[in-house]
Amino acid sequence: MDVLFDNLDVFANGFYTTIQLFVVSGIGSLILGTALAMLRVSPVPVFRSAGTLYVTIVRNTPLTLVFLFFAFAYPRLDMVDLSFFMTACVALTVYTSAFICEVVRSGINTVPVGQAEAARALGLGFGQVLGTIVLPQAFRSVLPPMMSMLIALLKNTTIAAGFSVAEAGQIRSILSERGENQLLTLIFVAVGFILLVMILTSVQRTLEKRWSVAR
Amino acid sequence: MSSVLYDAPGPKAKARHRMLAVLGILALAGALGYVGYKFYESGEFVPSKWEWLQYEQIQIDLAKAVLATLQAFASGAVLALVFGAIFAIARLSDHVWIRAFATVIVEFFRAIPLLVMIFLFYFGLPVAGVEMTPYLAVVLGLMLYNGSVLAEVFRAGVLALPKGQQEAAYALGMRKTQVMVTVLLPQAIRSMMPTIISQLVVLLKDTALGFLITYQELLYYARNLGSQGVFDRPIVPTTIVIAAIYIVLCLLLTWLANYLDKRQNRSKKHIDLDDDKKPDATLADAR
Repeated sequence: MDVLFDNLDVFANGFYTTIQLFVVSGIGSLILGTALAMLRVSPVPVFRSAGTLYVTIVRNTPLTLVFLFFAFAYPRLDMVDLSFFMTACVALTVYTSAFICEVVRSGINTVPVGQAEAARALGLGFGQVLGTIVLPQAFRSVLPPMMSMLIALLKNTTIAAGFSVAEAGQIRSILSERGENQLLTLIFVAVGFILLVMILTSVQRTLEKRWSVAR
Repeated sequence: MSSVLYDAPGPKAKARHRMLAVLGILALAGALGYVGYKFYESGEFVPSKWEWLQYEQIQIDLAKAVLATLQAFASGAVLALVFGAIFAIARLSDHVWIRAFATVIVEFFRAIPLLVMIFLFYFGLPVAGVEMTPYLAVVLGLMLYNGSVLAEVFRAGVLALPKGQQEAAYALGMRKTQVMVTVLLPQAIRSMMPTIISQLVVLLKDTALGFLITYQELLYYARNLGSQGVFDRPIVPTTIVIAAIYIVLCLLLTWLANYLDKRQNRSKKHIDLDDDKKPDATLADAR
């Protein structure tokens, strides 16, 4: 226990950064993922294939490679300077949004056909059908897989530790310089993640109860 | 399915779609062109940055790095499948204590980030006096994490089988183990093949985590080569080449999954599962 209480500041800072990373890239990938899903069901074939291309490429690339690209290759481009933190956010968003897109798309498929047909019969256009009728229902039905994507995102934030972001994955290297027991440190980090995952799971249960719709 | 979302386009809508398509292509080409130009401007496309591809030694080393990745993948995959099968059976056991133990183990390893687990093996265990190589740490991490996920997949597959299969097997006088090993598991594995393979794609991608603990696989080699002054620090070219290799490897696996799925739907041996119970292959965990 001494390892935890003597270095509470390091643990607190690490997990605080992890949560920041999670929130920023979570929101980012929800927005980008939904936009991609809308592209993938749009009436214009070019948009559909652009969405498919993005998802296929990103889903088949390791996240570490995405990080490597943004950390080492992107700065060569001289475009916008990103801090280490923002670099990690961009990499996580680019990666996770491809998975969120697939979840949203499968959610769109679970909405009964009659809903979209009724909306069209009322004269709503594609954007209106999707935005006001189909997507709100789709989000409710994909809550569990969406949450497991977000949990995966939370766990993926640890990779940022390998790219100079001082988050929970880096607690080990900071504490090893202080000469602490690395095994215990890592066990405490693992416990921290288990707690965070449990919180997310209980959020999921609450939302599921509140949002469940009778069909 | 998506066609219910919009009406069949009339002449006006068709013209609008065509215009949007042109605009879309222009925007996409513009963005890609801008990135390409930026790379060009910063001198990433000059021949000297790509010369490394011509050296025989580098080609051999690259092949070795791919082999190292595949080696970690192969051992990780086999171990994870075995681990998954054992723990799936344990979670379906009739004995409460075996079930509870398996549940705790599976939930525990699914909740910890894979990287933290690999760190635990690589940096943590030597403290307790256990010698570790990067390779062993990566393979152990891959086995425990993906094995736990696969255990859930196998279990879901067994639970989704029609009840009659199990009942018929018991009625024939088979023992519990026989029912599980000869009747339920083979059918569950067959019907879960697409999900299992997409988890193996995840496993293949996760071997790249070995980079962070200096396991000398593909990504590690790319980073190393990319920082060598002799070749003009070709980090951008190496990243592009490595990304292509990873994507091809993963697509081959995905293609295998689709092929098996199609073949299985053709064969008369397969059993239709309830759709609600069967997890969607496209929704495999992001990690």
